[in-house]
Amino acid sequence: MPLSNDDLAAIWLTLKLASTVTVILLLIGTPIAWWLSQTTSWFKRPVAALVALPLVLPPTVIGFYLLVAMGPQGPIGQFTQWFGLGLLPFTFWGLVVGSVFYSLPFVVQPLYNAMTAIGLRPLEVAATLRASPWDRFITVVLPLSRPGFITAAVLGFAHTVGEFGVVLMIGGNIPAETRLVSVQIYDHVEALQYSQAHSLSALMLVFSFIVLLLVQGVSRQNTQRKGHG
Amino acid sequence: MDKIEISLDLQLSKQFNLALDCVLPGKGITGIFGHSGSGKTSLLRFIAGLQPCAGASLTVAGQIWQQGKQKLAVHQRPLGYVFQEASLFAHLTVQGNLDYARKRAWPGTGIPYPQIVELLGIDGLLRQLPDALSGGERQRVAIARALLINPSLLLMDEPLASLDEKRKQEFLPYLHNLHQELAIPVLYVTHSLAELTRLADYVLMLEQGKLKAQGSIAELSRQLGLADPDAPFCVLDAVVTASHPQWHLVSAQSQSASLWLPDSGLKVGEPLRLHILARDISLSLGNHNDSSILNRLPARVESVNTVQDAVMVELSSNAGALLAKISLRSAEHLHLQVGQSLFAQIKSMALSR
Repeated sequence: MPLSNDDLAAIWLTLKLASTVTVILLLIGTPIAWWLSQTTSWFKRPVAALVALPLVLPPTVIGFYLLVAMGPQGPIGQFTQWFGLGLLPFTFWGLVVGSVFYSLPFVVQPLYNAMTAIGLRPLEVAATLRASPWDRFITVVLPLSRPGFITAAVLGFAHTVGEFGVVLMIGGNIPAETRLVSVQIYDHVEALQYSQAHSLSALMLVFSFIVLLLVQGVSRQNTQRKGHG
Repeated sequence: MDKIEISLDLQLSKQFNLALDCVLPGKGITGIFGHSGSGKTSLLRFIAGLQPCAGASLTVAGQIWQQGKQKLAVHQRPLGYVFQEASLFAHLTVQGNLDYARKRAWPGTGIPYPQIVELLGIDGLLRQLPDALSGGERQRVAIARALLINPSLLLMDEPLASLDEKRKQEFLPYLHNLHQELAIPVLYVTHSLAELTRLADYVLMLEQGKLKAQGSIAELSRQLGLADPDAPFCVLDAVVTASHPQWHLVSAQSQSASLWLPDSGLKVGEPLRLHILARDISLSLGNHNDSSILNRLPARVESVNTVQDAVMVELSSNAGALLAKISLRSAEHLHLQVGQSLFAQIKSMALSR
């Protein structure tokens, strides 16, 4: 069964969302992961727990609170209105905000692991070679945690593609605006269009499998490199 | 370079406190010597700024590096640091590691790049990644990298510790050559007496976080020699004064005494460090001109100590401090007493550099 125009729109929207979210997540996740890997503050544990929350919470809970927060009375809603951006629920950017929260641990965790694995020594060496803290971050931390960045980007992207609950809560089901692949499949099933649901589902299955294969390849390369050290 | 003034009191753990107040010379190699856990590495890390210590003060060549809470960050201190393990950047080639330092070098004229590469024998390794190098090669690259930053002070933390005995022997000449080339002071942490007596000009002895002794190698000769219970020794610094090809000997001056040495291609004017095992010094009450022993020095007994099955005699002579190990029977036979004058006969000595 070939994909319908609605299906293609949903795929396009999903890819657009996942790419946008991945870029934002890397920008936000890098400083968070770096701070977590360096700090000895008591504040570290609460922040780490907060970042990890989406791992255990039902997506509907996150979706619900984000919906409230982005609503006209919520703090995010007030903020966006004050900036003249309007309200975010049931828009593409609303989905972006929700996805960023939802996929944050999948980006922060691999980055944090990679940065912790560098250890103190390369940074000390760089400091004795006259590198300022910023210089050290750019020339030592970033290149040495490259495998972590690849894993983080792939996982962040894939996890955003696969979300459903949060999307349904704050995005609704507006064609070409907030209707993602996962929602489209749900719609097909509701309408008993099993063969269409099957095409899209199979596509997702293959995609997810390839992604996990990639991630394993990266982490294997990584352990091999460490094995030599 | 002017002297290095250190004053710190650092509580590293509940049991361990590193407290020092000392002035180190601003030239040559200063060996920081002590057993594991004596605080050597912590001291070096403090000087580099890697080990924070509130309320300490550190002045290097008149420049204040730390004064209480005011301190220069590590990257603002003109130093080079060679860590115990080579710690090269794994994501850069040897060339990349060297360039990292060259790009950030302190202004001024140091040893030129080609000379450093040649001195450390690493020109064949430039394209390799650190993973592909042996331990000794990595350490040589690390030393080259530390020199290329053009430091005013070089800190070395047991740079040979990760090498096996054979590699160490290969490596020592590189370090010694470096010593000849370098105009900057070096602080060299080690727990090896062999490295210390070979390389250091000045010594700081640490014991459990406290300063035990400091002075030139010659001044601390006996203390250092006694630190090696298996083969106690003493060290004399001398200069070759004349060559006697007919006897295959040279004469060398150590303080105000003249010594005979086998001629192993030594040049007049060459500085030597002589390593004399305590068991190679014998004592006699009279000046036996009829003996085949070449080096016989008038000496004075400074102390007599019985150590297990032998007697250690500390002596002063016009060549410097000496240490003799003699049998219990000989000690009794000679009626050794502090202040006694006698002759020390040196049976053999080795050049330690």
